This record gives sequence, structure tokens and C-alpha cells, in this order.
Amino acid sequence: MRSKLNANFYILFLPLALWMLLFLIFPYLRVLVQSFYTTNDFGVLQPGFSLDSYRRFFTKELYYFTLIKTFGLSLVVTSVALLISIPLAYYIAFKATKNKTLLYTLIILPLWVSYIVRAYAWKIILGGEGILNTFLMKIGLIGTPINALLYSDFSVVIGMVHIYCPFVLMPIYTAFEQIPKSLVEASKDLGANRFTTFFKVVLPLSLPGIIAGATFAFVLSLGDFLAPILLGGSNTLFISNIFQNMFGTSNDKPLGSAIGIVLLMVVLVVLELSSKAEKRFGSLQSNKQ
Amino acid sequence: MKKRFDFLNLGIATSAALVMAFIYFPMLIVVLYSFNPETVNAFPMKGFSLKWYGKLFENTSLLSSLKISVLIGLGGTFVALVIGTMGAIAMHKYQFRLKRIFERVVLLPITLPGILTGVAMLSFFPLMGIKISLTAVIIGHTTFLICIVLTQIYARLKRLDPFLEEAAADLGSPPLQTFWKVTLPNIRTALIGSAMLAFTLSLDEIPVTFFLIARENTLPIEIYTMLRRGITPEVNAISTIIFVISLTALAISIKFGEREPSIV
Repeated sequence: MRSKLNANFYILFLPLALWMLLFLIFPYLRVLVQSFYTTNDFGVLQPGFSLDSYRRFFTKELYYFTLIKTFGLSLVVTSVALLISIPLAYYIAFKATKNKTLLYTLIILPLWVSYIVRAYAWKIILGGEGILNTFLMKIGLIGTPINALLYSDFSVVIGMVHIYCPFVLMPIYTAFEQIPKSLVEASKDLGANRFTTFFKVVLPLSLPGIIAGATFAFVLSLGDFLAPILLGGSNTLFISNIFQNMFGTSNDKPLGSAIGIVLLMVVLVVLELSSKAEKRFGSLQSNKQ
Repeated sequence: MKKRFDFLNLGIATSAALVMAFIYFPMLIVVLYSFNPETVNAFPMKGFSLKWYGKLFENTSLLSSLKISVLIGLGGTFVALVIGTMGAIAMHKYQFRLKRIFERVVLLPITLPGILTGVAMLSFFPLMGIKISLTAVIIGHTTFLICIVLTQIYARLKRLDPFLEEAAADLGSPPLQTFWKVTLPNIRTALIGSAMLAFTLSLDEIPVTFFLIARENTLPIEIYTMLRRGITPEVNAISTIIFVISLTALAISIKFGEREPSIV
């Protein structure tokens, strides 16, 4: 039912529109405006139009290199999450005969468990006096604790893979589920072996789900600042840590805003590319069926 | 599909089991060690004790942070349900310019990194006269909760039979009555589901809260602060309690998800 705009429409829609304008759009515009400001010697904002913050970001190695490193580590997180999610999703979708719903519930359950709890769990497992180290020492595999387990790039990546894995599992499982079982059987009847069937039938048909899952993991890792603080060492800085610092101890809001705008652009480009790719492979799917 | 027992199937099953173990092992460790009498979380456990749960109930700042979190969650969810549902109905029922753009805008708080939204709000709220305080936190939470509710209800409305409301109107039912008697019963489960989801997300939110909070901490921020001061087994105990609450919330939402009223 498509009605003409009338008073009812405005009553229903205005609260939402005003809320989003005041509390979402204006704040983001403020960051954009602020990124062109400068500060005086006392760190007080000076309105104006200056590209100085962007220049500083792209010329100081600590800043732009951290962005590149964040990008790289997020790619690692995404790849590992995909690599471990695909077999589990595949098993539940195609191999599990009973308890399918239970298994699916089990993979989405962690999404309902507090983020901070999941990050913290790795702290007590990987810590110097943690469970893994004391276990390895007990069975005599190592003599002294391996301190590098925690507070390293490794611990941040493993923590993030763990935290974001359900976001990857969900769309991939849904994509696998939607593949008509008859297609898989047809492929086998036509003599394709199981590898060929997986790579030529199952994988192409589930690409939109895989892309969606990868995008989730990648974007969430890009913007995460807590896992690096809790699990990372002094060298494991993500771009969001520098960003956060500019609004805290460093008190350089123009530079912080510029970093925020750069990060925003990166995220928007990734989201745009992924939605394009999803549509493309999605249409490929409907042509084939 | 024939079931064959061979090494490939065995390999898939084994890796699936390993991944499942990877997902659950950390949480099991936390639950297990919440009963560890020692301060250090080392292997093996040295007995069984409830002393950290006892400590928890003496920790007044933790308890008050829980109260604040629940208040923010309830307030935010309530406002989000009202504004989000109204907005979803408006977007479903009417065609207007900028609709396409608006459909994307409401996804932003979900898709963009929370830290960006948090800092944006931190930069703009004081200019509007909203001090960095609990009020700011509630507004911040409500903003992304509205988007959660709106997308869920909007999706449900799209699946509804459009002729139901038309039939009600043709039979002389005024719009408000149509809403109460036709639309609302049909989206009831979506409302309960999105309310549960919104409340859980609010309870767990950190990035936006982190920048807008003044003195009183929310539960996750309080846990975060405890962690920064050093590991204490009390965190194991509170985590276990959160784990149990999450399980219950999930069970409720699944129960209502299955009781979907049949449409038409």
C-alpha cells in the first residue's frame, strides 16, 4: 500500500528524521569540519580551512604506516576467520543430519556473549602466568613461560578472529543452506568429484555470503580499538588507537578528525566495493539457477 | 546425498569440531576459573570455591555499574522501539524523495566503526548543550538502537501481505485501529525480537559509551577498567553471570522466533 504523503506521514517520520539529523549526521559533519581546523599553542581549536592535519597524517610515518599495518592485520584476521569458518559452516549445512538447529544456535550464541568477556578470555589463556603457559610447563614442553604469547600482534589477531568469527559463520552458513541440494547431487551424478563439486558449484554459489562475512570481519577489525589495548603490546597499535589518543591524552582534535575522515573513507570504499561484488556474484547465481 | 565414511568426511568433521572448540574453549575457561579459589589463573585449578561470587556482591561500583547499564538499556530500547517502529511504518507505507538515501543512512550506525560514531558524538553533543554524561550515553545508544529496531521491523513489514491493511481500510477501519488490530499483531514477534537484540547490544556496547561517559561507568566499561588495573578473578565470576544471562536472552528470542504467527 503506497499512500500519498500526509500529516500521518510526518507524525511517523519526523521523530526519526530529526533524531538522525541531530544525533548522527550533524556529529559526523562536525568531524569533517573539525578536520580542517587548527589548534593554537594551548591546544584550543581555531576555526578555519586548513589541510594541515591531512598533510601531517600522510607525511608522518607513525600515522600512515599504522593505517597500512591496521589494513594488513585486518586482512589476516579476515583470511583466518574465513579459513576456519568455511569448514564448520560446510559441515553444519551439508554433513550434519541431526541437531542442525542446535549447531547453528551454537555458532551464533557467542554474538550474545559480551565482547569484553571474549577479549578477556584470551588474556587469561595467553598470559605469562596464564593457562596455556602453565599447562605447557606442567607437561614439560617448555621450561619458562613464553611471554610473547600475549601482548603481541599474534594475540590481537587470535582474539579478533575469535570475536568476529560468528559474523563470518552466519552469512556463509546461510549461503550454503540456500544452495539446492539437487544441484550438488547433479554435479556428482555428472561425474564431478567432491573437490570439483565444491570449487565449481558450492563455492561460486555461496560467494555473496562469503563476501558478506569477509566484509563484516574486515570492517569490524579495522575499527576495533579495544582488542589492541587489551591483548596487544606497546607496538601493536591500530589506527583507531591513534585516533582515540588524539581525543584523549594527545588532545589534537583536528588531526584526530582527519584520521577519522580517512578511516571513514576507507570503510565506505570497502563497503561499496563489497556491495557491488555481492550484487555481481548474486546475479551470477540467479542466472545459473 | 550418500553418507560415506572416508578420510575427507572425517577431515571435514574434525576441522568443524576443532573450530567449534576454538569458539567455546575460551568461554569455558572463564566459567571454569570463576570457581578457582586462587588469584592466579594457572593450570591446573586448585579446588572449587564460590568466593569470587561473594566478592562480586561486595563490589559496590560493579553493582552500581550494572544498575546503570540496565537503566540505559531499558530507556534506550523503549525510545528506539517507539521511534524505530514509527519510522519503519512511514518508510514502508509512503514513497518520498531521499527514501533510498535514508535507507542507507539508518544502516550507518551499524556498519561504521563504533569508535567513529563515538568521537563524532563527543565532538558535536557539547555544541548542542548536551554535556558528556549519562544523558549523552543514552542518546548515543538510542541512535544505533533505533537503527536496529527500524531495520528489523522494516524487513518484517516488507514480508507482510499488503492487502491486509487495505482490506481493513476497505471494511471501514480507521488507520489507528488498523494499526492496533492488524499491523501490530503481525509484527509482534519482530518487536519482541528486536527489543531483546537492542537491549543485549546496549548492555554490551563499549566504543560509543567510552567517549560519552562521565563519572558513572556502565558494566562493560567497569569491567574494562578492572582489567586495566590488572586481572582479577572477579571478572571471571561476573563474566559467567553475563554468559548465563545471554543464554537466557537467546533462548527467549528463539522461542518467540518460532512462534511466528502465520500470515494470511
